[in-house]
Amino acid sequence: MHETVSPAIAVDNLVKVYKASTAVDGISFRLAPGTITGLLGGNGAGKTTTIATIMGLVTPTAGTVTVLGANMPRERYRVLHRMNFESPYVDMPMRLTVRQNLSVFGQLYAVPDLKGRIAGLAADLELTEFLDRPAGKLSSGQKTRVSLAKALLNRPDVLLLDEPTASLDPDTADWVRGHLERYRHDNNATILLASHNMNEVERLCDRVIIMKKGRIEGDDTPERLLAHYGRATLEEVFLDVARGTSAEAAS
Amino acid sequence: MSLSDTGVNFSIRRVSAMVQRYWYLLRSSWPRILDLIYWPAVQMLMWGFLQLYISQNAGYFAQAGGVFIGAVLLWDILFRGQLGFSISFLEEMYARNLGNLMMSPLRPPEFLAALMIMSVVRLSIGMIPVSLLAIAFFGFNLWAMGFALAAFFVNLILTSWAIGIFVAGLLLRNGLGAESMAWTIMFLFLPLTCVYYPVGVLPEWLQYVAWCLPPTYVFEGMRALLIDHVFRADLMLEAFAFNVVLFCGASVAFLKLLASAREQGSLLQGAD
Repeated sequence: MHETVSPAIAVDNLVKVYKASTAVDGISFRLAPGTITGLLGGNGAGKTTTIATIMGLVTPTAGTVTVLGANMPRERYRVLHRMNFESPYVDMPMRLTVRQNLSVFGQLYAVPDLKGRIAGLAADLELTEFLDRPAGKLSSGQKTRVSLAKALLNRPDVLLLDEPTASLDPDTADWVRGHLERYRHDNNATILLASHNMNEVERLCDRVIIMKKGRIEGDDTPERLLAHYGRATLEEVFLDVARGTSAEAAS
Repeated sequence: MSLSDTGVNFSIRRVSAMVQRYWYLLRSSWPRILDLIYWPAVQMLMWGFLQLYISQNAGYFAQAGGVFIGAVLLWDILFRGQLGFSISFLEEMYARNLGNLMMSPLRPPEFLAALMIMSVVRLSIGMIPVSLLAIAFFGFNLWAMGFALAAFFVNLILTSWAIGIFVAGLLLRNGLGAESMAWTIMFLFLPLTCVYYPVGVLPEWLQYVAWCLPPTYVFEGMRALLIDHVFRADLMLEAFAFNVVLFCGASVAFLKLLASAREQGSLLQGAD
């Protein structure tokens, strides 16, 4: 499945080697604008390295990564203002209030009408009553919503999400998924989502890329992947790939 | 490739956003502010009383009024200037906020400029009250040095920024494993830059090393001013020249360490 015109993200033969270990081993994919793609894989599959390379935080050992037409990381400053991300590996400064945090990031991203944008996001993400509370005093669900507000602050064309609903209760997680769907629809944004939550991936993603040991083991729509592996759920497909089994062998 | 691709583009708005971020942090915690004053005050009082004792018992030191207090105050500009820079940087690592910043449009020169401004802000909060205490306790008026104080300050703060920039590069490349460097690296300068004694005290071979370090010229200049009542502009110009070299070297090292951090994937703290 390869889009041929103006991909929002293009990864070509990407290789990343850390000292002796190969984290990503020659993967390629292209994501069309306005799509949500799930990146699946067990621990050490190379998802985080792939996302970090797309963000320009990691230099590829070989291959190229292009985001909105800019080579990453070499030309990152051309497009960073049109991207954003949320990851469990980063936090917002705990002692600053939610409003202060969003205000600082809003200035970094040159967000127009910043006060209005913060107020709008706070209303959308039900954060208004927490705006003047230190980020460190929020519950994990509230912190996730603040991180999401930071990720959406500059209305990014490309949004990278690493486990966006981890540690959320099912109700809040469902609410966040709904918000992401609306954001994609309203802004024609391209979203790349790394997740271990198969229900989330099935609900949100137009396409799923499954990684194992730095390589792509599957890349298709959720429906086609289910048909290809002869499984009823993506979780079963994921387990097949992770364990190297198949539906026939399992039965 | 345009200038903006290389990170040369510089935005005052982004620098001001980062300064605002550190100011929010500083004012949110009174122990942080107290800490800026506490140690410089303790140091100044200890050395001030020692100088008082020595001056009552030795003729030479009696003439060299305020040399120790002057030295300790100038040393604090050097030490606290670097510490203020490095602590602001460490706050980002403690907060696990580096990934957010590194993926934002903030350029490295803007980030460093914000850290430099904060080092002066933190230094001012600590040093201004302590310099007033020195007047109250020992009659030593640092501000009476006038233009010489400005020359001393510029040279010392440039050195402190250069060391701070280098340490920030080490922290980016090696993570919090390099944290101790931030707290201790400047102590290497304490004996070598001859803060409390003339360069002539050092063995001859070590004097060559000392004269390669910009603060050595400042402390020699301070002694010339306080003991001989002469402002040595030549020493200040030599210090400035060495500082330009040190600052450029530290900036290049920072950019190379940042590139290496991108190679090693150490910008996303805690990621596997």
